[in-house]
Amino acid sequence: FSSEMQLVQVLQKLFDDYVKTTSSKLKIIDAYMFYILLTGIVQFVYCVLVGTFPFNAFLAGFISTVASFILASCLRMQVNEENKDEFNGISPERAFADFLFAHAVLHLVVVNFLG
Amino acid sequence: VKLGKTTRKEKFLLLLTLAGACCLAFIIRLFSVLRFETMIHEYDPYFNYRSTEMMVENGFFPFHNWFDAKSWYPLGRGVGSSVYPGLMWTAGSIYHFLRAFQFKVDVRQVCVFIGPLFSAFSVLATYALTWECSKGNNGAALFASVFIALVPGYISRSVAGSYDNESIAIFCMILTFALWLRAVRTGSMAAATTAALAYLYMVSSWGGYIFVTNLIPLHMLGLILTRRFTHRAYVAYSTYYVIGTLLSMQISFVNFKPTESADHMPALGIFGLIQLITFYNYLKDKVTSEGLRTIIGCSLLGSVGLVVVGATLTGKIGALSGRLAFLFSTKGAIPIIASVAEHQPTSWAHYYYDLHILMLLFPLGVYRCFTDLHEGTLFAMMYGVTTLYFTGIMVRIVLVLAPAACVLGGLALSGHYYAFLPNLSAPDEKEAAAIEKKKDRKKAGVDGSYPFKSELAAVAVFIPVLVVCSFVSHSIYMAREHYSDPTIVLRAGNGKLYDDFREAYKWISENTEENAKVLSWWDYGYHLSSMANRTVYVDGNTWNNTHISRVGQILASDEKTSYEMMRELDVNYVLVIFGGKVGYPGDDINKFIWMIRIAGSTPTGAHISQKQYMTKYGEYRVDSKAPKKMRNSLMYKLCYHGFGALMTHPRAPLGYDLSQNQEVGDKHITLEHLEEAYTTENWIVRVYRVKPPANKFSG
Repeated sequence: FSSEMQLVQVLQKLFDDYVKTTSSKLKIIDAYMFYILLTGIVQFVYCVLVGTFPFNAFLAGFISTVASFILASCLRMQVNEENKDEFNGISPERAFADFLFAHAVLHLVVVNFLG
Repeated sequence: VKLGKTTRKEKFLLLLTLAGACCLAFIIRLFSVLRFETMIHEYDPYFNYRSTEMMVENGFFPFHNWFDAKSWYPLGRGVGSSVYPGLMWTAGSIYHFLRAFQFKVDVRQVCVFIGPLFSAFSVLATYALTWECSKGNNGAALFASVFIALVPGYISRSVAGSYDNESIAIFCMILTFALWLRAVRTGSMAAATTAALAYLYMVSSWGGYIFVTNLIPLHMLGLILTRRFTHRAYVAYSTYYVIGTLLSMQISFVNFKPTESADHMPALGIFGLIQLITFYNYLKDKVTSEGLRTIIGCSLLGSVGLVVVGATLTGKIGALSGRLAFLFSTKGAIPIIASVAEHQPTSWAHYYYDLHILMLLFPLGVYRCFTDLHEGTLFAMMYGVTTLYFTGIMVRIVLVLAPAACVLGGLALSGHYYAFLPNLSAPDEKEAAAIEKKKDRKKAGVDGSYPFKSELAAVAVFIPVLVVCSFVSHSIYMAREHYSDPTIVLRAGNGKLYDDFREAYKWISENTEENAKVLSWWDYGYHLSSMANRTVYVDGNTWNNTHISRVGQILASDEKTSYEMMRELDVNYVLVIFGGKVGYPGDDINKFIWMIRIAGSTPTGAHISQKQYMTKYGEYRVDSKAPKKMRNSLMYKLCYHGFGALMTHPRAPLGYDLSQNQEVGDKHITLEHLEEAYTTENWIVRVYRVKPPANKFSG
């Protein structure tokens, strides 16, 4: 019982800490990631309810959300000032350009796979 | 090893050497074109050639929707969804590209020279891979690229005329690995996406792509376990996995396998693992309490574990596929996988023939990887060790081992040279003592002094040159004598050429009806489809073991029973390969024991056991000692029909089988339901026509 209370407290503290310490640039990316997560959940729930036919369409849509989420998290990592010495040679602009290139390839494949 | 920036002179030398290595790689593979002609070798390449012809004639989409009704009669085969199209795409593109510039090449010529061309590309890819593995060591990269140009293990499958998946797949594999290491090194999403595109090319070209699918997650696991899991590795693997898997599902043959089959699960597992680890690392900074952190972590892990267990139990994820299961345990293998010559374990002699000095340099390379362990060398080590382990089970994996051995050999030899070359002009003892007195030991750069430094260095630099020269001459010998054999044209010891195969296929294509159906063992199915252009029952795709077993039962049963089965399948012609007159060791009588085993491996053929066809001492014989069942079998009768009256050797009795080295048992064989249609000049290929049933109540 008390561990539950502690869990709620810790999560509350985590959220406050997050709001205070992360820069607005990262918060925008996080909001975008949360939106992608919602679309992914919606697709998955739909698949569970209605069935997997046509499977390729489900996979295309679901992997599209997963990949967009992953690419956004990679962008967040590369844009974050704390990781600057790890990603040497990749400025935030270059990171965004890479992000766009990966998305272009991703969406071409998704559209091909949708059928 | 201290590396400086490359000067312009060094860059020029580099380019020159690489160009030389590419030319060398191309030229060494041309022996068979010089000796024979530009023809396609072996068995499988004929299927690829026929498919390429079809694609070039009819177009891209008709090829992918092609249902071949002329093979695997009466089942047919959906070629578009059961083929790896990368080879056909590549050949078709090169053909159209050359034609666009008005070079009127034939499809066959493009197909014949693809092996050497992609070997030249492999030289460049190996340079890139070793450069990534050694973090910029040009010397190691150059050594590795020269090794790959010449290593016999690679030549064996990429010689001119060997138009098979492996000839482009090895290039695709090395390219994927090089781009993957680049992605891990830079941590850029664009680099990971190009690695995923190279992975698509790899998946489209060969069934062995599953090795790439599993080695890269294994590398990630290695990075995690050796505490080298950085943000760059996270970005590289996540991007590569998601985009690469989606791309790989575009190939019809792969379809939904990455979500269903167990072969692809490690990649998904590692993907999930790195998400959890990254999330955990993120929480580590924010949440102070140790216990709650572990609670959150464990709950996540538990839910993931439940999902995996649930998926396996409900049967969503299948067991390991046939060939991969064979790699881990040969016990439960069905006879058809165990019978393929390429699936036998590798012998030591074979390692020597295929790798030569790389066998010695391999352990030295692994040692160098340990002394300088980073992401690249960890990968080189894993690649080498995993392929080395699997070559112990299947000999065809030596082809995948060869690039790893070249990379490690390059690292080894370059380390050796970096150690000894500076000592060539080392100061002698008196000067060394003077230097030591004046400066610090470290500043002088000498790592301990011993007498005759420069002399030893001269010897140490010269001996590898001799060794590499012997490697070059060995490779040329192997390429010339052993790997440039087209298999379809036989070369006897005295230099005579036996072109019986093509003679028979041409006869069949000209003298039989358009819709005639030819029964033969599966090795010859592709040849018959491509050269004779007739319907066949089983071919080298071996996708239906029951059908092959049925063909085996037909060949192993006596003539009456076989005739019933042949009428069921509507057979018009039967083709057998017989090497008794010339001593050809790869004929059907030699393969017969495998046909019997495969025939007995399904329920309808359960009454057939190999013991019935051997003498009571367990010997396999074809002379008068052979049991009745052997001498009455259709294969025996078709091979030895009319052979009893033939003299094969002046000092041997009539009907002496030169490949079995025995005198044939039944000298006067009569056939009731078949008649001889054609026998080639050297009796190697024998074609029989199946007679329609006799009229009832005939007088």
